[in-house]
Amino acid sequence: MVAELGHYALVLALLVSLVQSSVPLVGAARGDAGMMAVAGPAAQALLALLAFSFLALMHAFVNSDFSVLAVALHSHSAKPLIYKIAGTWGNHEGSMLLWVLILALFGGLVARYGANLPPSLKSRALAVQGMLAAGFLLFILFTSNPFARVLPPPPDGNGLNPLLQDPALAIHPPMLYVGYVGLSICFSFAIAALLEGRVDPAWARWVRPWTLTAWLFLTGGIALGSWWAYYELGWGGWWYWDPVENASFMPWLVATALLHSAIVVEKRDTLKGWTILLAILAFALSLIGTFLVRSGVLTSVHAFAVDPARGVFILALLVVSIGGALALYAWRVPDLKGGGLFAPISREGGLVLNNLLLATATATVFIGTLYPLLLDAVTGQSVSVGPPYYNATFVPLMVPLLIVMGVGPLLAWKRADLRGITGRLLTAGAATLVVAVWVGSLPLNRHAEAYDLATLAGFAGTLRLPAAALGMALAAWLVLGALGEWARRVGLFRLRPDESWQRARGLPLAAHGMTVAHLGVAIAVAGFVGAGLWKHEVGRVLKPGESLTVERWQIVLAKLEDETGPNYKARRAVFVVTEDGGAPFLMAPEKRIYDTQGQPTTEAAIRTTGLTNLYLVLGDEAGGGAWAVRVLVEPMVPVMYYGIMVMMAGGLMSLLDRRSRVGAPRRARAAPVAGGPAAAPAHGDD
Amino acid sequence: MNRRLLFLLPVLVFAGLAGAFWVGRPRDPRRVPSALIDKPVPSFALAPLIDGKPGLATADLATGKPALVNFFASWCGPCRVEHPILMRLQRDGVALQGIAWKDAPDDARKFLRDLGDPFQRVGIDRDNRAGIDWGVYGVPETYVVDGKGVIRFRHAGPLTPEIVRDVVMPLLAGGKP
Repeated sequence: MVAELGHYALVLALLVSLVQSSVPLVGAARGDAGMMAVAGPAAQALLALLAFSFLALMHAFVNSDFSVLAVALHSHSAKPLIYKIAGTWGNHEGSMLLWVLILALFGGLVARYGANLPPSLKSRALAVQGMLAAGFLLFILFTSNPFARVLPPPPDGNGLNPLLQDPALAIHPPMLYVGYVGLSICFSFAIAALLEGRVDPAWARWVRPWTLTAWLFLTGGIALGSWWAYYELGWGGWWYWDPVENASFMPWLVATALLHSAIVVEKRDTLKGWTILLAILAFALSLIGTFLVRSGVLTSVHAFAVDPARGVFILALLVVSIGGALALYAWRVPDLKGGGLFAPISREGGLVLNNLLLATATATVFIGTLYPLLLDAVTGQSVSVGPPYYNATFVPLMVPLLIVMGVGPLLAWKRADLRGITGRLLTAGAATLVVAVWVGSLPLNRHAEAYDLATLAGFAGTLRLPAAALGMALAAWLVLGALGEWARRVGLFRLRPDESWQRARGLPLAAHGMTVAHLGVAIAVAGFVGAGLWKHEVGRVLKPGESLTVERWQIVLAKLEDETGPNYKARRAVFVVTEDGGAPFLMAPEKRIYDTQGQPTTEAAIRTTGLTNLYLVLGDEAGGGAWAVRVLVEPMVPVMYYGIMVMMAGGLMSLLDRRSRVGAPRRARAAPVAGGPAAAPAHGDD
Repeated sequence: MNRRLLFLLPVLVFAGLAGAFWVGRPRDPRRVPSALIDKPVPSFALAPLIDGKPGLATADLATGKPALVNFFASWCGPCRVEHPILMRLQRDGVALQGIAWKDAPDDARKFLRDLGDPFQRVGIDRDNRAGIDWGVYGVPETYVVDGKGVIRFRHAGPLTPEIVRDVVMPLLAGGKP
């Protein structure tokens, strides 16, 4: 019964979205305030209906109602409650429903907090949101109905993929979805601006908080996904350039470019056509990411690609939404009033360079991701594009990007005086050189035995040292660039400390945010470089009682034991580890077999010193009571995640800046409509 | 270059991409090309899963009559989705041979007992020995083998009525899909 109500709400939501996407648009064209005012309530109603529908599906999952096909296929009565709940979106149908729900949530937020937006812009943006919702609701209702029943109901469900039974993965997809779908607001605002025929600094200010919100969630989602792969897959890697990872990385790159180009629109009233294009592309890549890769239209994943009708439907949706947007772009953008040209050596010049490099980087990832698929489509040939490609294309693009990132904040708007910053540039350059020489003199791992990520990644042995030196030097350069500008603005060391403090307090939060975010990038870069180049891996076969020593760790296999979890059985190896003769501690990697699916998974044991991870993986039984064991010493991996957190902190500071709150007008004290985390941009009260 | 043409570029690139997606959209038959198409079935011999029903070996597939070989497992959800189609094929007189893949024999037997057993012969491939030779990378997978023991077609994922109608039946009848 509840499932039917959920289905019914979904149909009603489709009707509401059709109203939302048509009436306000006509109203805006005619200047009819009454018709435009329909947009807000329609968006709220859409949100309420979809929230109800989603809760109905969750109800079916929590109560293990196996007469609902999606539940029977993806849940199991023995699963812990949290994974029953996560199962709601751990499958194609449910994840599509979550997708539109988040879309409606963002629409609802704009409706609720967008009171200060020009009525025509607001109603048009909401109409575009309505169109997107309508398209995807049609898709759900006609090809992916989450409420479809199965008769007779099976006695129990088929479980969730055990690999996916993990807390990080329970929240990773929703987080990514908030990021992806958050970009729909930028898209809708871009389309609305094209329809209005007007892009101005005010527009850039309205769009910025939404971009930042989406960016924050994307960053978090990507980092969580990488962290999950790191400890769950047991390969000791944190990024694989896998199509699914790339699918989330491309919107992130474009959103990062958009964040920066919107600043140019805001400050200098120029670069409009490009910014609009980025806003469209960011969401287009999100769509491609969610639907082409994740739903398996282009990769053949057993679970999802079973119904060719879905693929055709999705393709049609993409053509209408992205193709339509780009056609509108080609038609309307040439008529936008552009700002003047600007000097290459200026803040905006640096930002344009940042955009060009980010866009090129996105293009390389795009080509690397889609080339195998396109080649397969055209010639039927199967190829795979791996890390060597990205190391040869993407990584070299990051070098100039990081260099520009170090200089950019030092430059003034309009026309920067290079001589004025020469001193600081020289200081930073000298410090960078020192770091390069210091890193160059460090020993690389001396005893790497077998598999080695750096060699696999295509760095020849002789090149690894220079690569490490260059990477660390770039990180140092970035730190000095970011701090240099901040120090100048607060007059650090130049003024008395209390004056500096006053100045620091006077700086807008967004300025601190930029410094922090750039520092985060520097820390993350140091982490990437270190993790990639100083990794040390040893593989051994051990019997209980035997030991091995890797760098400063003495590792003894104490015993093997069996364990029974709620819905799995595990073989666990208990190691006693001492670091340089210090206090011993236990580490216990596992191999699990899940009851329903028989699929084994590895649970690595990770011990971190805060700077270095010791990573133990239990392999297969080698006979005679001996087991294969892999030991990885991974310096700097935690640092990488710290860097990402610092980056996000910087983004959050920028989002909480009063100016972006003014940009995303709000009503005081209003609670977010559905209490979601996405409410952050509009009511960041502090 | 004309300014307007420049702004036309994104939509043109997208149109090209969409065209390529259209050409490359999954027409399930050719999705995952098997290296074994038009090759004889690999040599294998599997013990019977069910008492009183023979197991499956290479020789059983060169009987002069085309057959379907279906890899399944009790732990696989899509196999359950596909099962009614196999039952219907059996009623239609199609020769179906089953291989229980990476499955505990008891579970596989229960699966067939609960849902019906459409197979003439069922082998148990517990450790994926035959599966590797066949190039199986997941279940369900279904192969069409002609009367001479040559693999004519492989479908990865559950069979759909469309695939059965458009590809499997014509092949079994000796024609081209």
